[in-house]
Amino acid sequence: MSAEPILELKDVHSGYGSIKALKGISLKAYPGEILAIIGANGAGKSTTLMTICGIVHPDQGEIFYKGKKINKIPAQKLPPMGLCQVPEGRRIFPRLTVEENLILGAFYRNDRAGIDKDMEHVYSLFPILKERSRQQGGTLSGGEQQMLALARALMTKPEVLLLDEPSLGLAPIIVQSIFDIIADINKNSDTTIILVEQNANLALQTAQRGYVLETGRITLEDDAESLLNNADIRKAYLGE
Amino acid sequence: MDYFIQQLVNGLTLGGLYALIALGYTMVYGVIFLINFAHGEFFTAGGYIGVIALSYCIAHGYTQTHPFLCLAGAFSLAMIYSAYLAVGVEKIAYLPLRGSRLAVLLSALGMSIFLQNGMMLTQGVMDKAYPGELFEGGFSFGMVTISYLQIMIITMTVLLLFGLNRLVYKTKIGMAMRATAQDKTMSALVAIGSNNIISLTFAIGAGLAAAAGVMVGLYYGSVHYDMGFNLGMKAFCAAVLGGIGNITGAMLGGLIIGLVEVFGAGYISGQYKDVFAFIILIGVLYYRPTGIMGENIDETRV
Ligand SMILES: Nc1ncnc2c1ncn2[C@@H]1O[C@H](COP(=O)(O)OP(=O)(O)O)[C@@H](O)[C@H]1O
Ligand SMILES: [Mg+2]
Repeated sequence: MSAEPILELKDVHSGYGSIKALKGISLKAYPGEILAIIGANGAGKSTTLMTICGIVHPDQGEIFYKGKKINKIPAQKLPPMGLCQVPEGRRIFPRLTVEENLILGAFYRNDRAGIDKDMEHVYSLFPILKERSRQQGGTLSGGEQQMLALARALMTKPEVLLLDEPSLGLAPIIVQSIFDIIADINKNSDTTIILVEQNANLALQTAQRGYVLETGRITLEDDAESLLNNADIRKAYLGE
Repeated sequence: MDYFIQQLVNGLTLGGLYALIALGYTMVYGVIFLINFAHGEFFTAGGYIGVIALSYCIAHGYTQTHPFLCLAGAFSLAMIYSAYLAVGVEKIAYLPLRGSRLAVLLSALGMSIFLQNGMMLTQGVMDKAYPGELFEGGFSFGMVTISYLQIMIITMTVLLLFGLNRLVYKTKIGMAMRATAQDKTMSALVAIGSNNIISLTFAIGAGLAAAAGVMVGLYYGSVHYDMGFNLGMKAFCAAVLGGIGNITGAMLGGLIIGLVEVFGAGYISGQYKDVFAFIILIGVLYYRPTGIMGENIDETRV
């Protein structure tokens, strides 16, 4: 693990008007790692990711990406810099076809040949998407939508990929294959992954490090291994 | 039968014009859920720029030497002017208020009055006459006459509608427009700047309306500072009839309203011609509250 974090939050406060969802979050993600953020429903996990991506604006604190402060950068300028999110609920464009959803993943790109090549690549990762390429996104099953959301994110060429509850609402067998692919993406393209999950067990088995978020604050930071073996964590998040 | 065919041609001509205006209402609604009351004024402004440009050409004798160039110039100027006007209105009067739908709606109403008064002050309260000599004559088949002007209007309308369809359904920017209409947060997460797309939507809608403004001026022989109200109202009916937010619906709604109006005037009573559009609208909404193509149901929604 190299010393310089690729993404760093310093005492970030943010929320929705009078609702303060984050009350001073500090965290670091290092290049090439899989980082898990676990926490109960409403802890502020999604808000953390949306604040990093410029959708929710921090009231206070700083966010650094590759050493550059990105608090003030408009959301749509971040994906071209390699910062990319698959949001909670996947948010497929329902009335666009599968192929159109993928093309929009590459919206900012102009390298025709590269886009075609990446399209082939994601179709080989998810053959089902190729079969359904002309179908509307909204007609896909939950698992297929999650695959499409991941594939669309890959079309953006992410260096840091934020995943918000990729297992939500999916059958266990599909969850397993999605997580295998997440691990592959991390390994093969050296993409840093921040994995937000309520399914703490799964997240910590996939990640190298983890943070625990409780009502807008980080309460614990450790190796994934140690968190998995932490008695308090097991009690609170792993159902023991 | 001749009479029927004649009315059909007249109805399609008018319907196409309504369709062009209706698209602006429907596209803007599709992207930011705003009924843009000022849209009729973009149409009127286009009509004025058209007559100013054509009068200039005639004064310099260019219509004799380069008639097509004059016409193309008049259309281009009108469309570009209205497009910029619409983008300006959106940036100044709508964008800062986007947090509240009611505030934007009232602002649109205000902009409509403001622009109408602006045109009255600068262009006068009297009708401004369009030069008629550009399109004299036509084809006659028995009792049916199709004027060259009608042919030009129908051809131009078809080309514009076709072009818009290509843009929205076949290009990356069209995809981005549809994506913005569906989910602005997700659009931002794939690097689409929704403000740019919204501006573009306003520009395209106003450009189409401006083209209709020039054609209406040529067709009826003049423009008037408040003509955007009446025609805008009917085009809005067309958009609602087709299912507001739906592009194909607006085209269909425009044609239906145009045909109903012309046939109603021809076969029932000319005095009630403005009423037929509203009767049809009420009749359809009674059975299909979302309009013919419905909202959020069909894939042709923006
Ligand atoms: N759009 C919103 N408007 C107002 N409050 C919100 C909104 N989204 C989330 N919240 C609130 O912010 C807090 C954190 O929510 P969230 O980040 O979604 O948590 P998590 O993803 O961990 O379940 C919760 O109290 C939630 O009710
Ligand atoms: Mg969440």
